[in-house]
Amino acid sequence: MTALLITLIAPLLGALLLAMVRPPAVGGWLNLAVSALTLAAAGWLAWTVALEGEVFGRLIGIGFRVDAFNVYLVALTAFVGLTTSIFSRPYMRHVRAEGRVYLGGMRVYHSMYQTFMLTMLTALTTDNLGVLWVAVEGATLATVLLVSLYRTPEAIEAAWKYFILCGVGIALALFGTVLTYFAAQHVDFGTLAEPGAGLIWSSLYTHAAALDPTVMRIAFVFLLVGYGTKVGLVPMHQWLPDAHSEGPTPMSAVLSGLLLNVALYALVRFKMLVDGSLAATASPHLAGALLMGFGLVSFTVAGLFLHRQRDIKRLFSYSSIEHMGLMTFAFGLGGPLATFGALLHMLVHSLTKSAIFVTVGHAAHIAGSQGIEKIRGLIRTQPAVGWSLLIGVAAIAGFPPFGVFTSEFLLLTATMQAQPWLTLPLVTGLAIAFAGLFRHLHPMVYGTPPEGQQPVQANLIPVAVHLGLVLWLGLAIPGFLAQWLNRATQLITGSSLL
Amino acid sequence: MNLPALPLLQQLVVLLAALVLFLSFVLLAQSRLVSAIHAFAWQGALVAAVTAVVALSGEVHHLYFSAGLTLILKALVIPAMLHRQVRGLELERHTEALQRPTLAIMAAVGLVIFSSWLVLPLVAEELAFTRNILAISLAVVLIGFLMMVVRQQAVAQVLGFMSIENGLFLAAVSATGGMPLIVELGVAFDVLVAMVLFGVFFFHIRESIDSLDVDRLNRLSETPEIAGEERP
Repeated sequence: MTALLITLIAPLLGALLLAMVRPPAVGGWLNLAVSALTLAAAGWLAWTVALEGEVFGRLIGIGFRVDAFNVYLVALTAFVGLTTSIFSRPYMRHVRAEGRVYLGGMRVYHSMYQTFMLTMLTALTTDNLGVLWVAVEGATLATVLLVSLYRTPEAIEAAWKYFILCGVGIALALFGTVLTYFAAQHVDFGTLAEPGAGLIWSSLYTHAAALDPTVMRIAFVFLLVGYGTKVGLVPMHQWLPDAHSEGPTPMSAVLSGLLLNVALYALVRFKMLVDGSLAATASPHLAGALLMGFGLVSFTVAGLFLHRQRDIKRLFSYSSIEHMGLMTFAFGLGGPLATFGALLHMLVHSLTKSAIFVTVGHAAHIAGSQGIEKIRGLIRTQPAVGWSLLIGVAAIAGFPPFGVFTSEFLLLTATMQAQPWLTLPLVTGLAIAFAGLFRHLHPMVYGTPPEGQQPVQANLIPVAVHLGLVLWLGLAIPGFLAQWLNRATQLITGSSLL
Repeated sequence: MNLPALPLLQQLVVLLAALVLFLSFVLLAQSRLVSAIHAFAWQGALVAAVTAVVALSGEVHHLYFSAGLTLILKALVIPAMLHRQVRGLELERHTEALQRPTLAIMAAVGLVIFSSWLVLPLVAEELAFTRNILAISLAVVLIGFLMMVVRQQAVAQVLGFMSIENGLFLAAVSATGGMPLIVELGVAFDVLVAMVLFGVFFFHIRESIDSLDVDRLNRLSETPEIAGEERP
């Protein structure tokens, strides 16, 4: 409980404090310190959960519940939050020196960074589906100011699109949540149940079979479209490349690495309820089938779009859509193997993608542009950045021995077992995405650098740590982590893999 | 549904909800911005009234609080903020006629029919009251979407967004007797923050494209000529 409290209070106080701290340099360090504290608390929380199985808490009338599934995402969120804040400090100093941030913008940036972390962690740890919605909507509100931080017409446009699309999308998710509450209206939660038990995920889950299946079916469609907008599922993905390409690079790293995961987490939680409710009906796998369909379409379409990108950050945001599609597909497929693979993929994708965005930030500094055609010969100008980009892309494209290969291999195996004919589109999609990434990568890394291209001061520690972890996960998943993911798999599917 | 067979208070709820839906149509077709803001304020007041009646009929005490909150937020604060922004942007006399008003209205009618059809299997016949209210709220939500699609003016789009919120709130109150208080407070907070941010964006958009016609926000697209141009 104390660990949970600190995990949530640290970013809250950090956000308030950072809104008041005027000198940007102090703000950068403070942001880092708060993120470090959050990570320490999250680690403690993970330890407690590992010992006790579940942690419950109550804060201002909101129930919190942490189990193996969400604590792993909490730890991941806090970790990526910390490494990104390490990168963000010198990066934002550089941006400020270029004069791209307005007066007071840095205070908004740091404060909103922590607000975003707070909403992510709240969404993950809460047991209340209404609070989950409020937190995910809060994440949109916190990041919309960050997307528009540079105040260029493009940034304003991207932020407006992001705001409207996600705001509307998430409104549908609220309708779905209301319908879920409605479906639970006539469920007897027992005399001990608190009022509003129909929104408490854990009590809904234990009584899932009693939920009205007709209502839950419609509710899931709304929830899928709503939270799916945030996951970046095609065709609701329009905001994602814009927001990623126009916002500051640390923001792209946390959006891709964390926000998309949290939205997918919400979908998986609801899928567990819907599966329980529909188990006795004629279409027990409706939720899974819908997830598989949306996932596969996103995966394929995003892979094709990779080929025609001209902006390096747009390129990698499409790659994020592709991977989120793959995970959605895997969660839809269900079964212990696919779920284990999807959880592992969530982990390695977040680590790799945030490392790539950090590298891309440096690459764009070197070239003075985000245009892929302008970025040339990184490996000659600054070998560290060039190699990071090369290794990062190799990892995200699913090259062995990186962790992405492991998880994608597991997913393919699971697909082969459950739906053999779907292996074909998956393998094709992976090949298309691979080609799409490498045709752009090659000239960026090996091309002839333009004259006078200078190396920049780069902070590649986060990249090295992330890619090192991904490599480790690819070579040998440590026993405790495998057990951890296995327990999460058991929670989601009811049967364990190991 | 046999309307007269319902308890009087439920009939009142149905009547008020129908008026909320009517105001959605008004919002959709109203070309003067200021009048549209007024229509939105009335819609908020009606949603608050529905909440109060539901609270009265079900003896749900926390709903009185929600009713007050809705009245203050949706009928007073947000319309007042929009009003001030419209004045600040000198758009009081701004009118924007719909491209094809008849088509938009027909589409809205279609959405109402669709909502009724969608909720048909939802609840048993004896719960016809809930079913109708759910259909109306869904229709309000969908007409809000339609409004955001057919209107190109940023303020009008925000009105659409806010009327979606009204529809959601109506659904929560009348179908389920209101969400738990903490959730309602959270949603209200989000809506308020969203409104403040919208206000900030009106001025930014105006600065960047010298208009609030968001159709002109078209720099970012997948067409290769525009995307990834010389941008730092």
